[in-house]
Amino acid sequence: MVKASRLHVPHPPARPGDRPDFDYVRISAAGAVARPEITVAARDIEALAVDMVRVLDDEQRAVGPWNPHLDPQELQVGLRHMLLTRLFDERMQRTQRQGKISFYMKSSGEEAVSVAAAMALRPDDMLFPSYRNQGLQVARGRGLVDLMCQLLSNTHDMCKGRQMPVMYHWRSGNIFSISGNLATQFPQAVGWAMAAAIKGEDRIAASWLGEGSSAEADFHYALTFAAVYQAPVILNVVNNQWAISTFQGFAGGEQRSFAARGPGHGIPGIRVDGNDFLAVYAVTQWAAERARRGAGPTLIELVTYRVSAHSTSDDPARYRPKEEWHAWPLGDPIARLEQHLIGLGEWSAERQEALRQELEAHIAACWKESVSYGTYSEGPSLDPATMFEDVFKEMPTHLARQRDELKALLKSRGS
Amino acid sequence: MPQMNMVQAVNSAMDVMLARDPAVVVMGEDVGYFGGVFRCTEGLQRKYGEHRVLDTPIAEGGIIAAAIGMGVNGLRPVAEIQFADYVYPAFDQIVSELARLRYRTAGEFSAAVTVRMPCGGGIRGGQTHSQSPEGIFTHVCGIKVVMPSSPYDAKGLLISSIEDDDPVIFFEPKRIYSGPFDGDPNKPAVPWSTHPKGEVPAGHYTVPISRAEIVRAGSDLTVVAYGTMVHVVEAAVRLAGVDAEIVDLRTLVPLDTDMLCSSVCKTGRCVIVHEATRFGGFGAELSATVQEECFWHLRAPIQRVTGWDTPYPHAFEWEYFPGPARIVAAIKTVMEAT
Repeated sequence: MVKASRLHVPHPPARPGDRPDFDYVRISAAGAVARPEITVAARDIEALAVDMVRVLDDEQRAVGPWNPHLDPQELQVGLRHMLLTRLFDERMQRTQRQGKISFYMKSSGEEAVSVAAAMALRPDDMLFPSYRNQGLQVARGRGLVDLMCQLLSNTHDMCKGRQMPVMYHWRSGNIFSISGNLATQFPQAVGWAMAAAIKGEDRIAASWLGEGSSAEADFHYALTFAAVYQAPVILNVVNNQWAISTFQGFAGGEQRSFAARGPGHGIPGIRVDGNDFLAVYAVTQWAAERARRGAGPTLIELVTYRVSAHSTSDDPARYRPKEEWHAWPLGDPIARLEQHLIGLGEWSAERQEALRQELEAHIAACWKESVSYGTYSEGPSLDPATMFEDVFKEMPTHLARQRDELKALLKSRGS
Repeated sequence: MPQMNMVQAVNSAMDVMLARDPAVVVMGEDVGYFGGVFRCTEGLQRKYGEHRVLDTPIAEGGIIAAAIGMGVNGLRPVAEIQFADYVYPAFDQIVSELARLRYRTAGEFSAAVTVRMPCGGGIRGGQTHSQSPEGIFTHVCGIKVVMPSSPYDAKGLLISSIEDDDPVIFFEPKRIYSGPFDGDPNKPAVPWSTHPKGEVPAGHYTVPISRAEIVRAGSDLTVVAYGTMVHVVEAAVRLAGVDAEIVDLRTLVPLDTDMLCSSVCKTGRCVIVHEATRFGGFGAELSATVQEECFWHLRAPIQRVTGWDTPYPHAFEWEYFPGPARIVAAIKTVMEAT
């Protein structure tokens, strides 16, 4: 019995040097969770916010009511997108270490979160990503050269050198701009979805944030507005256990699951194995159909693990066991889908290796092309005077004067 | 021509735009069924329906975020923040998102959002219903900042703001919602029907953003003001008995530097008046601009008359408010300098 007031300071189960311990992660057996009707009331499926939707069992066979029954060809496409995302991440991390780009953020271990979701949505649905959703870009067919040129801030950079690496956007691909201020995209996605409903369209919006930034007020704005207006939106919390150095307990994960915040707002909350491609696909498909039919929003918690550092500026060995990843109970999304396909007789280790080589060659070719458009430190480079453009649609006189001042300065320097 | 007070003028601007452009939506706390705590949106939901005029949760950050998302999806939201004093929860969404979306996406994405908010004191609102935070927003790159001083300008500028493809922060000085205010709270209220700018066309017209207006031509000195203070300055100039040129800025960003500086270069003297606090306020920018552009024409140091650098005190409103007596004193100071 508590006898006095106290301050509870959450502690992760393991620090550097400790044995990794993921006992706190509650896991349901694959196939054990029922798949409710699309139009179900949030209050009738509160258990889904606590249990975990899983399709792939320990032998990576697809089981249970959430099995989306995808064609093997579609699964192979998913595997390809996930592997391309991982190899792209690894290559870009190396280029950062070589000093070619200033900064990078890998999504290793979280590829299914983005790739499966993008494949379950329609191409005209609008995506509001966080900074670790590069799989969305890959799955929607974005050219790697476009992504690399952004990372390089070169003459082909979609952001014209105005954004740090990974803050991509893609209007024609219906992927919104990534903000460095966390969670801001969550309520914006709801507003976008409200507008779609106002206009009578059947496009929906989806957004992602990390469990850490679910502590921001924006998360709660998003849930409130989504619930109030029953907006056609899917709100995804990517619970990768770590927000830089603070574990998920510092975002409130010790007390309730993140999915459980949905039912509190009258929104279905579904907790899903984020490393299970089929489960992520199935849950996203369920939520998308619900939204498209006017049955309202869904909150999805994708339980996964941030295998890499937060960014190239971070060293996780300072705050968590170095080998913690090996103890992660939900495995590797790529290896699991690969095993699943092999079990179906639709894939092999040889094909996987051939695919890896093909994708690595593709990445290398894209990199070669991208650096020909310049790098952060070497030309060709953008005209610095372009920094004054797009502050407003039309440049006001005070900015034109500042631009001319800079131009004169650059001219006097002979650059 | 119809007579309107500023509330009716603002209402008429939204009415005209809701009718003209199906992309326009109006949203905010209490703006729908009830018509707004200041009645600025009265009747609009009845006329245009619940999908065009939306009551929202009490969450300013959510209101602006949702407006941004709607803007990205092709709507043209007019969001009301019930009091400017309540805008701070939305600050990140305005500064980091709304203001910079066009820039950070090199023009691919933008959101044409107008954010309306009543501002200013003189209504016994204390520190949470009286602030003039325009200087916080003028410091942000990528948003336009507008503050009208009359019903005619309010309607014309609000229509311009809604039609503008860039985000606009539209401040409504609530002390002059129902009539011009000369700074003396003991005098009976004067309605807008007594003022030429209370005549407001019923239909569509615009007052251009980024254009100041000389509301009184003169040669002795230039007094620069905006919002409520334009009327207080007019009274103070009458009291001081000087031939002042009064410049009503109307738009703070982008600033009409040409009109401001050509006036000061002509008169050689400048007094800057705003309700907001002084230190780091918008008056400091005006003063610096005038000094840079008009230095060789100045015959006296520039003076600022502003709110004191304290929170807005409820019980000492009229000691706080930069009323005619302080403006007259500043006018005397610049006129007496050699």
